[in-house]
Amino acid sequence: MSKRAIYLAPLSVFLLMAVYFAIGLTKDPKILPSALIDKPVPEFSLPPIDNGTPQGYGKGFSSADLKAGGISVVNVFASWCLPCRTEHPFVTKLAKMKVAKVYGLNFKDAPKYSLKWLKELGDPYDAIGADPKGRVGIDWGVYGIPETFIVDGAGKIRFKYVGPMNGDILENQILPVIEKLKR
Amino acid sequence: MIPEIGHFALILALLVAFVQATMPMVGAHRGNHAWMAISRPAALAQLGLVAVAFGCLTQAYVTSDFSVLNVVQNSHTAKPLLYKISGVWGNHEGSLLLWVLILALFGSAVALFGTNLPPGLRARVLSVQAMIAVGFYLFMLLTSNPFERIFPVPINGNDLNPLLQDPGLAFHPPMLYLGYVGFSMAFSFAIAALIEGRVDAAWARWVRPWTLAAWCFLTAGITLGSWWAYYELGWGGWWFWDPVENASFMPWLAGTALLHSSTVVEKRDTLKGWTILLAIVTFSLSLLGTFLVRSGVLTSVHAFATDPARGVFILGLLIVVIGGSLALFAWRGPALVSTGVFQPISREGALLFNNLVMATAAAAVLLGTLYPLLLDAVGGGKVSVGAPFFNAVFIPLMVPMIVAMAIGPMLSWKRADLKPALSRLWVAGLVMIVAMIAVWAVETDGPFMGVIGIGLAAWLFMGILSELAGRIRLFQGPLSESLSRLRRTPRAAWGMTMAHLGLAVAIAGMTGAGAWKTESIQAMKPGDTVSIAGYDFVFDGARSGTGPNYSILSGTFRVIRDGRLVTMLYPEKRIYDVSQQPTTEAAIHSTFLGDLYAVIGDEDETGAFVTRIYFNPLVGWMWTGVLIMVFGGVLSLSDRRHRVGAPAKRGAGLAQAAGA
Repeated sequence: MSKRAIYLAPLSVFLLMAVYFAIGLTKDPKILPSALIDKPVPEFSLPPIDNGTPQGYGKGFSSADLKAGGISVVNVFASWCLPCRTEHPFVTKLAKMKVAKVYGLNFKDAPKYSLKWLKELGDPYDAIGADPKGRVGIDWGVYGIPETFIVDGAGKIRFKYVGPMNGDILENQILPVIEKLKR
Repeated sequence: MIPEIGHFALILALLVAFVQATMPMVGAHRGNHAWMAISRPAALAQLGLVAVAFGCLTQAYVTSDFSVLNVVQNSHTAKPLLYKISGVWGNHEGSLLLWVLILALFGSAVALFGTNLPPGLRARVLSVQAMIAVGFYLFMLLTSNPFERIFPVPINGNDLNPLLQDPGLAFHPPMLYLGYVGFSMAFSFAIAALIEGRVDAAWARWVRPWTLAAWCFLTAGITLGSWWAYYELGWGGWWFWDPVENASFMPWLAGTALLHSSTVVEKRDTLKGWTILLAIVTFSLSLLGTFLVRSGVLTSVHAFATDPARGVFILGLLIVVIGGSLALFAWRGPALVSTGVFQPISREGALLFNNLVMATAAAAVLLGTLYPLLLDAVGGGKVSVGAPFFNAVFIPLMVPMIVAMAIGPMLSWKRADLKPALSRLWVAGLVMIVAMIAVWAVETDGPFMGVIGIGLAAWLFMGILSELAGRIRLFQGPLSESLSRLRRTPRAAWGMTMAHLGLAVAIAGMTGAGAWKTESIQAMKPGDTVSIAGYDFVFDGARSGTGPNYSILSGTFRVIRDGRLVTMLYPEKRIYDVSQQPTTEAAIHSTFLGDLYAVIGDEDETGAFVTRIYFNPLVGWMWTGVLIMVFGGVLSLSDRRHRVGAPAKRGAGLAQAAGA
């Protein structure tokens, strides 16, 4: 390799990175989810969280549960995710309203820590499925957790919210969608 | 009216920066001294104007002027004064304003104290600084104006994110930015040197204090952030390999490499192209660190804003600054001639090894941080890269480096012999083995990494002390001679010794905190006791209260060891009034061997509180070690030899102010 080529290498590496950045910019996290909207939920079956017992913790759930009729909310969470912690009271609030079944998708989490998390903060979910490797999460297009999906009775994804839910999002975005689907 | 003054001052600063970016550069090219001389008053005018803008925004925050959108979004009348002030930079727009303020501060420091720099070099350096500033002013004025008004005026604001309402985090961004922006000096000097086509020992001496000052600030800034995460997030952890942490760690790694390679340029007149490249890369990573997290390219907890318009501008700015400087490097770099010859076993060889490890580490962190993005860009699906990757890459890199770190300072410049150096390290080797056996005996069931980590820390610590002993000829002659040698040791050498000793202490701390942390999570009723690491934590109950802008749940623990009260711990859980967001305030009692750490959570139906109790071994060593490292840096900055080069004066002054 000539001396000139060595001095050109850093520039080439950077330009390659810049191209990737540019592509990355077009894949805006807020736009991306629309790809799944009004599509049926991906086929999956998630086991409960492994707590050492044969039946596990949190029942687990699958795509069949989401297609069984009735509106469901799928909340993607993990114990390592800080914003999940801040949105937890609002997931609890939503679950207590009993307007929809609330499923927890435990994403890329160690059972030990997710069980602790649920014990500490409380378990608002009707059922929890563990996705330790994140395979199912990828099918759902999980990008930055927490994420919250609303699924209609026929098993179609009708709404997706990326980021921590708060009182405002719950009142003005999540609940209106559920209301609309109920009618 | 006042916000408009701030806005107007920013526009004027842009115009001044534009003049400063162009005329001195052209003047230096043509040898026109009048044009070159413009750089100095222009740099000072920029500082004045940005200070006015910053003052105006601060005024809006302190008086809670809710006609300013930025204040509405990030402040509240009930917020304590400290956080009203820190709220100025606790958001995207304001943090950019702080960035340009610090940039202007460094620029004026060169203008005022760089009197002994060759006029051409000074003009070019200030011109490059102004080019960076132009980019930032444009970014602010076009996409992120902090002075934007809102009508109708809301009655109150949305408050600052409660997690940011904390004394540690109030000072974390300014420190970090002093580090990031400090590296712009090395960058500007590198660009000026490329244009002039000359890099020599004098150049290295001018660059070094700036790099050192930036390094001290960045080290302190990263540590403040880590410390905050430790006591505020309530997980007992201190580093999460979060993209934002990585963003600040990459310039640190590159900057540390630069610090070491610039010594080689100064002493041996070689490694020139590499040092210039490191200066460019370090600042590029600082820019990336400033921007990556806000562009929407990476989503993270820390991200202030994900706005596509900003993202495009940021990418454009990065391409111009980084791409432009690397293109200049490709064009002018081959012309840099190194005279020194290079022997692998020598001081410069050891420093090069340090550089290779640091650069590889920085590249690995960059890869791990961007990999999810790259994979997504080529349609490979979405993944996230976490601590296992970084630990797997980092530890194998650091082990040989720490082994070499004890040897390197023993080697002489040019050509050294490994044998005498190694023979002086037998004490260090012995202490290492004893330490490893002791650790293994006490913590037989612990991870093997703990044994290795403590062993390495002992090796490095003793190795550095042996080097110091050798330098002053301890036990080789009369004690009085050793003492007088000790007194005559230059501060720069002391600085290196301290910084390396500090790292040894910090490694012991990180090892302890990583390897032997014990935790216990449970629901406790008043009167319950939990035992951990030989301490009994008695829960005396919890009570409610109110703070200035939050309500508190405060728990009380009595910590008892061998029947004697060690300390009381009062962990808190706060709910902030405006955002209704909860935060945890861990209660921490530090002892020599570790931190007692308690967190309180919610009350359940039965009246029990969820509590988390940790024993975090040697965490205090980590903070102490880093403090010693920063102290070493400051000590080195205060060396007379640095002050002889006048630009160092300001650097040293700044660092001392920060150390105070």
